[in-house]
Amino acid sequence: MSVLILSATLFALGLYGVLTRRDFVGVLASIEVLIGAPLLLLVGLGAAFGGGAGIEAVGLLVIVLAAAEAAVGLALVVAVAGRTRTTRVEELTEVRG
Amino acid sequence: MTEVFVSRPLLLVVVPLVLAVVIAVLGRRIRVLPPLLALASAVLTIATGGMALARIHSIGPALHEVGGWMTSALAYPVVMHPWFLASEQSLRLAGALDTLSAIMLLVVGLVAASVVVFSMGYMRDDSGWVRYFALLAAFVGSMNMLVLASSLTTLFIGWELVGACSFLLIGFWYEKPVAVSAAIKAFLTTRVGDVAMLLGIAILVVTTGTDTYEGVVSSIKGMDPGLVNAAAVCLAIGALGKSAQFPLHGWLPDAMEGPTPVSALIHAATMVAAGVYLVARLWPIFDAAPAARAVLLGAGLVSALGAALIATAQRDIKKVLAYSTISQLGFMFVALGVGAWAAAFFHLVTHAAFKALLFLASGSVIHGSGTQDLYSMGGLRRQMPATFAVWVVGVLALAGIGPLAGFFSKDAVLEAVWHTSPLAGMALFAATLLTAVYAARTTRLAFFGELTEHSHAHESPATMLAPLFVLAVPAVVLGFASGIFAESLAAHAEPLSIPISVAATLLALLGAALGWRAAATGTGAVFARIPRVSETLIAAFHWDAFVATALVRPVTSTCRILWAWADRFVIDGAVEGSGRVTRGIAAAVARLQSGDAQAYAAGIVAVVALMMAALILMGR
Repeated sequence: MSVLILSATLFALGLYGVLTRRDFVGVLASIEVLIGAPLLLLVGLGAAFGGGAGIEAVGLLVIVLAAAEAAVGLALVVAVAGRTRTTRVEELTEVRG
Repeated sequence: MTEVFVSRPLLLVVVPLVLAVVIAVLGRRIRVLPPLLALASAVLTIATGGMALARIHSIGPALHEVGGWMTSALAYPVVMHPWFLASEQSLRLAGALDTLSAIMLLVVGLVAASVVVFSMGYMRDDSGWVRYFALLAAFVGSMNMLVLASSLTTLFIGWELVGACSFLLIGFWYEKPVAVSAAIKAFLTTRVGDVAMLLGIAILVVTTGTDTYEGVVSSIKGMDPGLVNAAAVCLAIGALGKSAQFPLHGWLPDAMEGPTPVSALIHAATMVAAGVYLVARLWPIFDAAPAARAVLLGAGLVSALGAALIATAQRDIKKVLAYSTISQLGFMFVALGVGAWAAAFFHLVTHAAFKALLFLASGSVIHGSGTQDLYSMGGLRRQMPATFAVWVVGVLALAGIGPLAGFFSKDAVLEAVWHTSPLAGMALFAATLLTAVYAARTTRLAFFGELTEHSHAHESPATMLAPLFVLAVPAVVLGFASGIFAESLAAHAEPLSIPISVAATLLALLGAALGWRAAATGTGAVFARIPRVSETLIAAFHWDAFVATALVRPVTSTCRILWAWADRFVIDGAVEGSGRVTRGIAAAVARLQSGDAQAYAAGIVAVVALMMAALILMGR
């Protein structure tokens, strides 16, 4: 039960960060937190229900995924910053209708 | 070979139409091909008509009743081709050759052949050479369809096809705005009649359940008299439109904008006579419909008298002939109105001969003198002696001077009318007088008197003169055929009554003297002394102006209102409004697309949250 609450709290914090941080790096960091929440839930529930190699494999996959996401995301931040000289989210509204 | 055509008369429709297409396709390469093929279709028509008459003669007594369809003997049993089925009623294409249609075929073929030969000279330098002869061939095919039809469906198709050919030939010189508007006027005016006729056909087909003449006519007796009258009146209105009778006559004088040979073929001899032919063909229907006969009689009387009066004042030689045609057709309609359909048909045949002759002669005059204006002609008899000779033959026949064709047929009409209704007879006698007036006046203005100074008139070439002499023969001798004519049509022929023919001849001579004298005065108008009358006659009783005020202007202004208001605000409003609403919604919605990724994310989260909440609340 505590795992559930912890995971939900973590998810909420991450979501809050994604929606409110004003610079890209902060948003990316919040996304990492956001991904951590279901991972924690997976591992915690896996342990509670007896665990297994499948759970561990999926958990590892998610960690790799998070790392890849961070790498691609940071690369994008560098590229955008190089082009627009800013990392502020609210200033990047080129696609406004 | 023509035997094939006699037994399958509808081939006579197909072949000229195919020839018309051949002319249109190949005519540009070979210059003699168009008139040759058009002539071929006319000659084929003559040959078939002649063969059919010979065959009918050989099978014996002329009178036959085919299933109640009062007709003269049929050359062969009627051939039917089912065209299409609509519920239980089948519409059929059917053609039959009997005495009436065979004689009509001879008329159509003879006039068409003369016109084609004449046109080879008249249209020599025209750029529309190929189109012209293709249309002539198409007209022969269409007219044959109308003539040969033995079902209402076939009749209507032929009826509309000749109308279309007429439209195309009136507007032949389409660069001239007058010709175009004349063509449109002819098309629209005859359309009024045609709609009525379609209605009449619909009534007959629906009530009798068949569209063959045979079937319709045999069930006429059992029909409700009101319905018969309604149908016959509708058919009569169609006939009035096609034959340019009052009140649908306005298009014929304007139709003179077409080439003159076309006027001779379509607007004097054949197509405009189709109304008379229709009534003669379907006589049993009109026999049972007194209302329709009254319509025919009334329209015929007004046309015969009114148009003859107008013809005395016109200065365009073709307009004189056009009004003369309306007037002569009026004679026929009066005869139809009193039941003398055989006399009417006889007059149709002689009129076709002498009026085609007159039109072609006027074409020759126009070709030679370069003008249509009677007042700038004069003295042409010296330069154009051959044309003058045939013109005189035509004019004498028109005025009804014996022993030319018009004398016999007009007397047959006068006599039949006189015995039925003396009042109508008196009106026709007056019209006879007027006919002679305008005939003499036109002749004197064109051919006698002094030459105008800058006249370079010259006689027309042989191709144009030959058909004139060919047509002059029937215009002279056809009158003597009246006995054979009535006999073969199974109508009882009355011998000429001496008092009536004497009276008619005296009136004609008196009229001729009047017209001759009038032509000598300065303006050449018959009623020159009374300017008011003269002006009214020149303006053709202001009929066109009346139609314009009473009909055309209200319609056009209604259309203009519809265009200015209904079209702009209602229709355009709906069209533009739908665009405006779309753009408005788009503008409102576009504000949501702020470009701020976090706002989108917030939106997604909010919606997902809402959906989850909904799932939970609804108890899943």
